[in-house]
Amino acid sequence: MRLALHELRVQQLLFWRNREAAFFTFLFPVILLVLLGSVYGDEPIEGVRAATYLVAGLLGYGVAAAAFASLAITLVVRREAGVLKRVRGTPLSPALYLGAVIGSTVVIVALQVVVQILIGRFVLDAHWPESPLSFAAAIMLGAAAFAALGLAVSALVRTAEGSSAVVNAIYLPMAFISGAFFPTRELPGFLEAVAEVLPLTHLLRLIRATFVEGEGLAGSPEALAALAAWGLAGLLLALRMFRWEPREGMSGA
Amino acid sequence: MSAIEVEGLRKSYGGREVLHDLSFTVETGEVFALLGPNGAGKTTTVEILEGYRHRDSGDVRVLGHDPERPGSDFRARIGIVLQSSAVYHLLTVREMLDLFAGYYPAPRPVDEVVELVGLGEKRDARVRTLSGGQLRRLDLALALVGDPELLFLDEPTTGFDPGARRQAWETVRELRTLGKSIVLTTHYMEEAQRLADRVAILRDGRIVSTGSPRELLTGHAAVEIRFRRNGKEVVLETDEPTRVLHELTTEAMAQGLELEGLEVHRRTLEDLYLEVTREN
Repeated sequence: MRLALHELRVQQLLFWRNREAAFFTFLFPVILLVLLGSVYGDEPIEGVRAATYLVAGLLGYGVAAAAFASLAITLVVRREAGVLKRVRGTPLSPALYLGAVIGSTVVIVALQVVVQILIGRFVLDAHWPESPLSFAAAIMLGAAAFAALGLAVSALVRTAEGSSAVVNAIYLPMAFISGAFFPTRELPGFLEAVAEVLPLTHLLRLIRATFVEGEGLAGSPEALAALAAWGLAGLLLALRMFRWEPREGMSGA
Repeated sequence: MSAIEVEGLRKSYGGREVLHDLSFTVETGEVFALLGPNGAGKTTTVEILEGYRHRDSGDVRVLGHDPERPGSDFRARIGIVLQSSAVYHLLTVREMLDLFAGYYPAPRPVDEVVELVGLGEKRDARVRTLSGGQLRRLDLALALVGDPELLFLDEPTTGFDPGARRQAWETVRELRTLGKSIVLTTHYMEEAQRLADRVAILRDGRIVSTGSPRELLTGHAAVEIRFRRNGKEVVLETDEPTRVLHELTTEAMAQGLELEGLEVHRRTLEDLYLEVTREN
């Protein structure tokens, strides 16, 4: 337990010392919230103030940024630098190491949720979460599912240089299509069909149901099942594909 | 007990056999150097011993464990320096070592390890500010912090300036004095000659020569004498350099001649290495 906390603390240190990553993962969603909120926070969206709707959307985006994008990029960069191989050569259990790395992204998600809710409430005059416990459960389920997907995607990316490009090409369009920044009612039909499949769409439904509508998770069984299925698929793929050794420059000699 | 026993080790990549029936033993407390050109199979061999790679066949025992199915204490008893540095650049030297020390059941004090590898002045510097040589010393420190019995050093001094290399050699000698077993790969024959109790020279995945540097060099003419006579290069190989030189110089003195470009060269491991690894 002491070892797990020590590893978690170092992972946090590494995250916050990497200024660019900390900016894009942590601060950028917050800045987007303030910007979008100042532009159209007062207009009504689906019967509620846009500010509340926006906080919910950017909370989902923040989960994807930290648990999926940041995790995947971090793991690819470390793998290609040989750090994962190095860790694998020590007595530290691989599960504990990955647990600490994922745990560290969960800490970041949690901090971001708190900051976004506070900014939403006191700067943009949004609501508090209507069903706080169900909302927290939705965030944790989302973080778990996206972390599993992040592990899987890290296994598919071959180079450290390509990792940001590949990961951004996946999750930024996903955020738009899933409606993290604005409602998707005006999307063309085929994009709507795509949105219906994407995991972030289902996470956003869970967040809006619990944060805006005050429902429990049980009220959205389809979204719950879809998100869990994505997480499970990510986990299975990660278990099959995850690599500890660099994929480039394996001379075999 | 031997630290490492390898018998009939074979390994192929994509149908091409890169290790053919390798057998060798590393005794407890000795420095064993694996030598050979790039692609000879040094790193593959070492990574099989470290448990990173699967073998196709053969018996491998490292500290009594099969590295493919090691017991729980195996990784605590070995220390690994990989061929390339792998560290968190955003931590300080001390933070990095504290982190790794935490992975081992009975680590050495971090400050002691920092001093041992000569990074005392850099202990609070961020890893990314270290020079290439300092990074390699940090790699070595990370391998030592768990106080292992057996160390794998894969090209630990590549890119070092001569001063840093001498310092690294001193560290390896100190570790040997402490009773550690050490497996070393290197491209520097002088390094192997000075540090290794025994060497094995690999070529195309086979051991072509093995023994102590001294053993390997006996049986060959020990000294080479070169000079020019009438503009032609003369090379004499001999085990009796004193007598041969005396005869040569006496004759030259009697005739009032100078032995132009006279050189006396003791055969080194490098000479032997170049002979046995030469392409046919």
